[in-house]
Amino acid sequence: MLNRDLVIIGGGSAGMAAAVKAHELGVKDILILEKNNYLGGILNQCIHNGFGLHEFKEELTGPEFMTRFSDQVNALGIEYRLNSNVINVSNDKVVTYSNKEEGVVEVKAKAIILTAGCYERNAGAIQIAGDRPSGIYTAGQAQLYLNCYGYLVGKKVFILGSGDIGLIMARRMTLEGAKVLGVAELMPYSAGLNRNIVQCLQDFNIPLYLSHTVKEVKGKKHLEKVVIAKVDDHMKFIPGTEMEFDVDTLLLSVGLIPNVDLFNELPLSFSKTRGAKVNQAMETEIPGIFSAGNVLHVHDLVDYVVSEAKEAAIGAKLYLDGKLTHKGHKYDVIPGNGVGYVVPQVVYIDDASDSISFKFRVAHPFKDVNIYIKDGETVLKKIFKPAIIPSEMEIVNIPKANFTRETNTISVYVEEKK
Amino acid sequence: MFDVIIVGAGVVGSLLARKLSSYQLDVLVIDKETDVGNVTSMANSAIVHSGYDPVPGTLKAKLNVAGNKMFPKLCDDLDVSLDLIGSLTVALYDEQLPLLNDLAKRSAQNGVEVKLLSKEEVLAMEPNINKDVKGALLAPSAGIVNPFTLTVHAMENAVDNGVKLALREEVLSIKKEGDKFVVKTNKNSYESKLVINAAGVYSDKIHKMIEPIDYEVKARKGEYFVLDHYKKGLVNHVIFPLPSEKGKGILVAPTTSGNYIVGPSSEWDDDKEDLSTDKPTLDNVRAQATDMVPSIPFNQVIRTFAGLRPTPSTHDFVIGFAKSDDHFINVSGIESPGLVSSPAIAEYVVNEFVSKVLKLEPKASYNPKVRRRVHLKDLLISERNKIIKENPDYGYIVCNCEKVTLGEIRDELSRSVPPYTVKALKKRTRAGFGKCQGGFCQPLVIKELAKHFNVSMDQILLDKEDSNICRYKTKEVK
Repeated sequence: MLNRDLVIIGGGSAGMAAAVKAHELGVKDILILEKNNYLGGILNQCIHNGFGLHEFKEELTGPEFMTRFSDQVNALGIEYRLNSNVINVSNDKVVTYSNKEEGVVEVKAKAIILTAGCYERNAGAIQIAGDRPSGIYTAGQAQLYLNCYGYLVGKKVFILGSGDIGLIMARRMTLEGAKVLGVAELMPYSAGLNRNIVQCLQDFNIPLYLSHTVKEVKGKKHLEKVVIAKVDDHMKFIPGTEMEFDVDTLLLSVGLIPNVDLFNELPLSFSKTRGAKVNQAMETEIPGIFSAGNVLHVHDLVDYVVSEAKEAAIGAKLYLDGKLTHKGHKYDVIPGNGVGYVVPQVVYIDDASDSISFKFRVAHPFKDVNIYIKDGETVLKKIFKPAIIPSEMEIVNIPKANFTRETNTISVYVEEKK
Repeated sequence: MFDVIIVGAGVVGSLLARKLSSYQLDVLVIDKETDVGNVTSMANSAIVHSGYDPVPGTLKAKLNVAGNKMFPKLCDDLDVSLDLIGSLTVALYDEQLPLLNDLAKRSAQNGVEVKLLSKEEVLAMEPNINKDVKGALLAPSAGIVNPFTLTVHAMENAVDNGVKLALREEVLSIKKEGDKFVVKTNKNSYESKLVINAAGVYSDKIHKMIEPIDYEVKARKGEYFVLDHYKKGLVNHVIFPLPSEKGKGILVAPTTSGNYIVGPSSEWDDDKEDLSTDKPTLDNVRAQATDMVPSIPFNQVIRTFAGLRPTPSTHDFVIGFAKSDDHFINVSGIESPGLVSSPAIAEYVVNEFVSKVLKLEPKASYNPKVRRRVHLKDLLISERNKIIKENPDYGYIVCNCEKVTLGEIRDELSRSVPPYTVKALKKRTRAGFGKCQGGFCQPLVIKELAKHFNVSMDQILLDKEDSNICRYKTKEVK
């Protein structure tokens, strides 16, 4: 059995950022395990720009962004294994992986950071009604075929869901000569970033049908038609609102789900994000096992994935130094009115470094609201927002000194104007 | 000229071919699909029924009970997952208890061992069953099987023993010319002494090619949910409601791969190609299943699907010589319990019909076993490492959700009934069967198929004709 101070599962942006940060903090005995034959994860197929504005103060493509990190990993001599799939993580921190050269290997880790990313909700999960033709793909799958293999999956396209990958693919497939006939979004607001609605749909005159979803797909062999219809406030189809599109492709951009398979057999609880519950150090309920990036909760920007991964690296360093005691004052963090989720779910205030960052998303769009972060009845932070939407993640940092230590509850909620 | 042509490579056709391959006969199997076991044999409940339910004295009753007994050896020979976990038919209301007694009597008539259980006994065995359960009928000989590999391995074994297989060929006509049949497909014309019709939902259509018939085979659609394999012990047996005239009802069962299956509905369908699902039907399946097992985690549904039962108007399997020709044998209308009956059907057809018209000489070289497969996921680390050392492909995992290795994929490609399509590979290896439904591994699978068959990725089909995934090449990519 191998031994390492820190094993990082997943060599995408989160994994590499965590490794680089841990190395900077003095943790040198690191192993990154990556299932693909390259570092960088999903960024490899994201050839559009818009990455890095926070991290590098410039606009990069996905491959450029990931190269910045893989160059650092290589320069620092951080050890990694490619084509290496992790098959198990045990309660006592033995990570088992498999590859061609070494076979199945067990590594005993002092600390683990899971940065395994997320996967796309697909036609099976959303139980799409109608025939079972080919021609239905998740947006990311179509993106992979197009950007990495050079194949367009179709030329007449409809897109279900206004998630960012779907919007990006609307533009991308249009530029490759496909006709995108429209995007349907179940909710009365978009699930994607505003900039993508403008740059990927409006600039190409692609209609966005809000409060619409696919009612039926038709085609015995390959996809022939998509029928969409409007839904009411209870998500029921409104009769007579059906529209038919003759298409050969339906792309789905209907959500991303943390890929927590490796945590399923462990005694962990999960939050509303479907990621593991974590404390202020991005540490799960098993001491020394950390989680960061899209495997914890799905982020809007890779820059925030990177900053969260660095928090996990700081946490791992504290753990390795025996400084995560889980003693002292403990808070439970509760999402209140209008808030979908908050990360972290628990704060051990005495274990925290100088400040604590709360990441959350609102449950639906609001205008002209105050957001409160309260320690019992004490307001830790009040932020006015002229507009706030679920597709954009909020991050609020609060200095450790501001916490009262008199209550056990931090609440995050939206106050609407009367 | 062939001795026998079998029309249809479902589980019945495949097991028949295997049985015939044990004799000195030239056998050809023809199927219109891109893979064997691609219609009814692919989309069903995957249950090895005990045989308590069919009406005593029918072929269904006889062949179900006989087939059930053949499954352990069959699945051992063919290296197919089988788990005889038993079934529980549950009564949720007091007025259903007499019906359980009736079923117990029918079981005795069919020669099936069963046991009536009290409420307490049921809840001890199945803690997740509705607490209002009144009692149940336990049939210990019932089980679950992998229906995909059963069919594929049966045909592989048949081909290994000399059978010829013609996929992607649709039979257009069958004519008798003198004492031989001429079977025309969309691609070829074949001759044989004997024709066996095992064409599933189209078995009436194939029969009609040689004579007028007085029954029909209608498609009866069943819709299902498939759940991921994370919740252990949701149910430990196949859980049935009491049967009705519509069939055995909506069941909740584990699968041999640890998933759960919930369904099927039962609706007549005029369209024999209809595999569509619809929300009202699935909502009803969900409601009925939840009545029996209230805690089914429907948020873990990874797929919904529909299958077609070839339901004969005769209410029993139609097996025997055509009226006008004793060299044309029908194995028609094989609906439930067709899967469990299939090995017994093969024996029955060969012993009672084929043997009457063809001379059957055993083949000395016949080997009833397929070359065994390895599933790395199920092995100890030391065992895995031994295999990986011999063939490093077993160290590389292609399907992340189901942990399927490149070695397992390449093994399938080297077999005598290889997977030509993405779906065919999925049926054999489970690559793409998990929660991401091939989101990550599908390109790798297509690449591997293309490499093996020496074609470009755009030639690889998902399943049916014209179901290519990589449809238009945009530019040269290294």
